[in-house]
Amino acid sequence: MRSILISDPSLRDGNHAVQHSLTVKQVAAYCDAVDAAGVPIVEVGHGNGIGASSLQLGESSATDGDLLKTAREHLPHSKLGVHMIPGFATIEKDLKPAIEAGVDVVRVAAHCTEADITERHIGYAREKGRTVYGVLMMSHMASKEMLAEEAQKMESYGAEGFIFMDSSGHYLPEDVTERVKTLRSALSVPVGFHAHNNLGMAIANSVAAADAGAEMLDGTARGFGAGAGNAQLEVLIAVLERLGYKTGIDLYKVLDAADLAEKELMKVVPTISSVSVVSGLSGVFSGFLKPVVRAAQQFKVDPRDIFFELGRRKIVAGQEDIIIEVASDLSKKLTGAR
Amino acid sequence: MEIQVAAVPGKPSFDKLRVAILGSGNIGTDLLIKVLRSEYLQCGAFVGRNLSSPGMAKAMSLGVTVSSESISYIEKHPGCCELVFDATSASDHRQHAPILERMGKIAIDLTPAQVGRMCVPSVNMRDCLEASNVNMITCGGQASLPIAHALQLSQAEIDYIEVVSSIASRSAGPATRRNLDEYIHTTEKGIKAFSGSHRAKAILNLNPAQPCINMQTTILAKVENPNIPGLQEALKKVLEMVQAYVPGYQVIVGPLIENGRIVTMVRVSGLGDYLPSYAGNLDIINCAAIATAEEFARNLRRPVQSV
Repeated sequence: MRSILISDPSLRDGNHAVQHSLTVKQVAAYCDAVDAAGVPIVEVGHGNGIGASSLQLGESSATDGDLLKTAREHLPHSKLGVHMIPGFATIEKDLKPAIEAGVDVVRVAAHCTEADITERHIGYAREKGRTVYGVLMMSHMASKEMLAEEAQKMESYGAEGFIFMDSSGHYLPEDVTERVKTLRSALSVPVGFHAHNNLGMAIANSVAAADAGAEMLDGTARGFGAGAGNAQLEVLIAVLERLGYKTGIDLYKVLDAADLAEKELMKVVPTISSVSVVSGLSGVFSGFLKPVVRAAQQFKVDPRDIFFELGRRKIVAGQEDIIIEVASDLSKKLTGAR
Repeated sequence: MEIQVAAVPGKPSFDKLRVAILGSGNIGTDLLIKVLRSEYLQCGAFVGRNLSSPGMAKAMSLGVTVSSESISYIEKHPGCCELVFDATSASDHRQHAPILERMGKIAIDLTPAQVGRMCVPSVNMRDCLEASNVNMITCGGQASLPIAHALQLSQAEIDYIEVVSSIASRSAGPATRRNLDEYIHTTEKGIKAFSGSHRAKAILNLNPAQPCINMQTTILAKVENPNIPGLQEALKKVLEMVQAYVPGYQVIVGPLIENGRIVTMVRVSGLGDYLPSYAGNLDIINCAAIATAEEFARNLRRPVQSV
């Protein structure tokens, strides 16, 4: 029976769904629950990782320091993880304090074609003796060959595992299968997958990844994550159990943790809204959902038009400012046409 | 090793300030083309570490003295220049700075090393002429700080400024990629210094889209009782001054208020000297460096005589 290492980024990706408003109290409650369930890695922080609180992406209500300190105290067994994106976070301002706060797992992330910006950060976290994984986001925007090439760079910098993210929820299962296969033959470190559910494929895609040889999967409680949410953790655990994969997670307790998350963490349970379908189809970062809806209201344009235009312009995660430009352009065109 | 190529025929060189360019990457090579066009500057040496780099090949084809000995070449040939553009990396410049200081060379630093005086030509160029080491901050700094300064001139008090730049992946060479942390720290320091803002944050995105995107920078500000007409007035003047040395600099959105913050967005299309015009990031820092060097030249020399 093969083992799958589960990471739970509910307290990081879920922050996108609540405009980065998770409090230390919420973090403490959820950490208690998933630690008891035996979830191996619990990721905490701003939706875009440590150091990402900003006007561009949304300001966190609680500081990285407070969130991590709280999580550390409430995770006696589970490992504490962070996500970091060079270009937003730096070693000195963000990674060093996070490591001092007791983070065990550092996931250093970049847009799928830009792995070389992660070299110093991966190296630093390794030097400090942490477990380090390389992450490539928006991975549907690179061919499988290019993805493998970029992943190899991360391995050469010292990454002990590699995770590719379907940040737009754009993949179908066969897309995931072929990428995992290509990555497995290109890398000597384990491969992982992080799903989004814009096209209703998050669980199916995660299963496809496992079946193709992925050894790490991400899941969040009730799918609590950006846009249409992620692979739903408690469902993923149940499905993997049926398929005969071992996760080491207690089913009843993870179901309890999900119930607690629904009650304590989220304003609404993530759903595939109509706009999220378009976000997935157009291949735009799921985290754009809230700012796109906001800009659509302010500039009186259709949010679906904004998403398709962002997709056409191949905008990457982190370029939230372009939403305003696109919305303002669309509104000028509408006004001009009248 | 050194390769000596016959000097470019044309104007006599004694009226022009002799400069050396350290670093043969994208920034250095683009600078070279701008120096060769300048009425005030001439290139005494183009030095790097690798004679087979594309930048070196370009320099050789232009008939410029090149060397792969990097800073040692300048140490061995002190007469090759009075001013040195350093287009290497932040850690390299920290080593070069004391050497250039000792040799009495003016240094214009294009890395985010934070050694010299920070310079944005449209704001404080005259004040920089007394410094022996001038730092051009970062490309995002050159694009955003004129706006940050306009905010300072027009708003009562600024709590926070955030600068988000997106550049084409192709325009970011290996040193830029290694220096992302320094880019952020130096840009943040520049924002505070040039706007008086209490807090600052810088963000850099690389976008690999084809065709390449133009450099774009968004300045987001949190201000009590924003004064938009005042900002528009200040921006007009600032724009004119920046466009005098960076022709492709334009405001494309705003200033407007969105979600409680002042948003201004600029786009920089480059002159297309070494890299195509999408590399506005490269162009804006180089145009600023050239404008500063020319100001030094005018200051140090008698006016250029025509022949």
